[in-house]
Amino acid sequence: MSASTTLDQPPPPAAEPSGTGNSGSLTAYLGQNLRQYGMMAALVVIVVLFQILTDGKLLYPNNIAALIQQNAYVLILAIGMVMVIVAGHIDLSVGSVVAFIGGICALLISEHGVPWLLAVVLSIGLGLVVGAWQGFWVAYVGIPAFIVTLGGMLLFRGLAIVFVGTTVAGLPAGFNDISNGSLPSALGFLADLDGLTLLIGVVAIAGLAGAQLRARRALLRNDLRAEPFAAFAGKLVLAVLAIGYITYLLAKSAGGTPVVLIIVAGLVLLYTFVMNNTVFGRHIYAMGGNLPAAMLSGVKTKRVNFMIFVNMGLLAGVAAVVTTSRAGAAVAAAGQNFELDAIAAAFIGGTAVSGGIGKVTGAIIGAFIMGVLNMGLSIMNVDPSWQMAVKGLVLIAAVAFDITNKRRAK
Amino acid sequence: MSPILDMRGITKTFPGVKALQDVTMTVARGEVHAVCGENGAGKSTLMKVLSGVYPHGSYAGEIVFEGQPGRFRTIRDSEERGIVIIHQELALSPYLSIAENIFLGNERSRRGVISWTETNKQAAELLARVGLAEPPDTRIIDLGVGKQQLVEIAKALSKRVKLLILDEPTAALNDEDSAHLLDLLRQLRDQGITSIIISHKLNEIAAIADTTTIIRDGRSVETLDMRGAEPVSEDRIIRAMVGRDLAHRFPEHEPRIGEEILRVENWTVHHPIDRTRTVVDDATLTVRAGEIVGLAGLMGAGRTELAMSVFGHSYGSGISGQLHLHGKPVTIRTVDAAIAHGIAYATEDRKHYGLNLIEDIKRNTSAAKLRRISRFGVIDAAKEITAADRYRREMKTKAESVDVPVGKLSGGNQQKVVLSRWLFAEPDVLILDEPTRGIDVGAKYEIYEIINRLADAGKAVLVISSELPELLGICDRIYAMSQGRITGEIPRAQATQEGLMRFMTMEKSGAAR
Repeated sequence: MSASTTLDQPPPPAAEPSGTGNSGSLTAYLGQNLRQYGMMAALVVIVVLFQILTDGKLLYPNNIAALIQQNAYVLILAIGMVMVIVAGHIDLSVGSVVAFIGGICALLISEHGVPWLLAVVLSIGLGLVVGAWQGFWVAYVGIPAFIVTLGGMLLFRGLAIVFVGTTVAGLPAGFNDISNGSLPSALGFLADLDGLTLLIGVVAIAGLAGAQLRARRALLRNDLRAEPFAAFAGKLVLAVLAIGYITYLLAKSAGGTPVVLIIVAGLVLLYTFVMNNTVFGRHIYAMGGNLPAAMLSGVKTKRVNFMIFVNMGLLAGVAAVVTTSRAGAAVAAAGQNFELDAIAAAFIGGTAVSGGIGKVTGAIIGAFIMGVLNMGLSIMNVDPSWQMAVKGLVLIAAVAFDITNKRRAK
Repeated sequence: MSPILDMRGITKTFPGVKALQDVTMTVARGEVHAVCGENGAGKSTLMKVLSGVYPHGSYAGEIVFEGQPGRFRTIRDSEERGIVIIHQELALSPYLSIAENIFLGNERSRRGVISWTETNKQAAELLARVGLAEPPDTRIIDLGVGKQQLVEIAKALSKRVKLLILDEPTAALNDEDSAHLLDLLRQLRDQGITSIIISHKLNEIAAIADTTTIIRDGRSVETLDMRGAEPVSEDRIIRAMVGRDLAHRFPEHEPRIGEEILRVENWTVHHPIDRTRTVVDDATLTVRAGEIVGLAGLMGAGRTELAMSVFGHSYGSGISGQLHLHGKPVTIRTVDAAIAHGIAYATEDRKHYGLNLIEDIKRNTSAAKLRRISRFGVIDAAKEITAADRYRREMKTKAESVDVPVGKLSGGNQQKVVLSRWLFAEPDVLILDEPTRGIDVGAKYEIYEIINRLADAGKAVLVISSELPELLGICDRIYAMSQGRITGEIPRAQATQEGLMRFMTMEKSGAAR
């Protein structure tokens, strides 16, 4: 740009920092990412607290496996819910949808003799159909999602009762193993530790470390800002220790690696990738952040909205299978309050109420915070009513923390 | 006579930034006092100190109001003393009536029960004082921005205002409403109400201010007596604002004009809700490669509506007419298709229709053409950062990195991100709607240079602007619009402000079809 005028701008701040020497101070970095670390720290604090309060019972190997199996449904639903909320919507129907699809799944198996694996596929397909139904009203007719899914909540609960009656039982062992079983000990044992579980743990750690290092190297190679090395290394070491410890506990548990852990982990990886690295994910954030601006940037907002609900339906289908398998039967009253658990997990995990901000990993942490609370309080024999009350308080506290933190940043 | 307000040695520090440094300002009783300065110079901060938004104790220095120290801890404190601030974004409740808004927080009531007779009667009296002839029970949402502004002033009067502060009061107003508002300020001055007005519009300041204080980089650099023997010119004010001589407000540019790229023919657009209303009426225009074409018009002339309807029907209903690109007829019905055909539209309203303020620079830069940096729907993060960083450097966007949220940038830098986005989309036709709105003088110059470079790169540029000097300064050819129709086309050499204004105010009956 020619600078031969009398209107020269004052010289730009020296150095024009963009990449070189790219490591801001550690404290500044942590300050900016307080929310993210705050929730992780909260989870650690809660785990330690209950570990003490329950005399070390919380982290019994079998409890860790049970924690994952009991909460698999929230983890799965929370992934879809984050996407829905980031886009500026809400889905109140997922609990009813879980009951409805779970019921159909059980009926297919026990009354129509459909092989259970095929029934699982059909259930997930039904989830897509349910999602398309709701997505149609939200995206193409323009009814607020709150209304559409409130309607869906009643509609699918009603249908669940119509089809299921009260209970459909008598499901095959293979199906029930999805949520109750573990991977076979194919590699034998190392002392009292399950070999396959150890292998999975090692692969997970290697994969995580490899991916993180590669991403960081790519940033540095292109002369771009990366987080300070201390923060990077610290985070990585903590993550490795956490995975290592969980692996150890699971390897020590009665079954080894729960089947459902593999499903959940796969979904978390897949959807983290979708939200961070794909055009679809980017469009969701863009629409949640500023809808008219997204439209004027060429985002096909109707189609994206439709797909978000189709996706939520798909995950509700998966959650239905997992829930039915866990119970060993379909119950018309299943999935009660699941939508609220998923919404709470998303908000505790830092999703913004106004949309545009939220992470899959955050919602997973949110779901675990609630799961650990539940389990810890159960071990302590606290009445379930009190458990519910505590969860409510935690939800408010998490969002209050978020809001005051944001205000301070201004 | 003692001054009504004396601010001495005001220093306000934010973490890492000195927003105000030893600012001194004295306002005489019964004057209109203008405060000028570039964006980010500290004008708004100063007014927030004065009105108690930043409480006493959070800044250094002293405020003396009517001879008494003013130590305001809240806005209420300052209002009790008669200081009322009207912000640029009006603070009215849209579904409440005028009367309810005027007395919001200050209800005419007895023991908690509202007296509607009193409310409406007193509101009517206040409305008469500001010259607004609407019934007091009209809802705010049914009023235009100009009238809403008057309601704000009526509200201030209801609080027995002695010092009225207006932050960019005419930024969103058309010329007629602006003139009315300035008139009102004069009347209020005659009734003894002092006002402080923050404005970017130098001609207004020249017209209405008795005194002007100029703030630059957080310091009060000069106080000009506007009613002195020697008239103060606009250039004089600009010089003080930017702290350097202003030989040219517009960069020199020698156009190299090529083939016709965009042709809009017999373009007619109707209102999206009221389909019987014609918003753009049989408009025809062309833009050639390397050419900067202006589109002048008053508010409501249909300029933005024309541009947005061309941009993939993003505005309007019942659109008819023919688009040609590079001489070939095309049909473009979606924004996505418009972008794919090489049309870009940078909105006049960055905050609401342009940027995602919570996202960072890189994501805002890449938003309109993710396919450039993705494959099979997967985004290449490194490519994205590299591309965004290239545009940041090219545009000289002042930000530490492309990871900075756009919401934290100044108006000029936000505009550069908007331009980065549309350049990233690699268009042939760029429609820039009010590209320098709300931007300070220095940044405007940079934007003009960018526009020139785009034209030099062979792009067809259509600039919509309400500032006639700007159009005259940068365009090679100018169309004027009035009431949805194109009423004139003038080459740069023959264009004058008066000439354009005649076309811009041409009534329907008077124009040849």
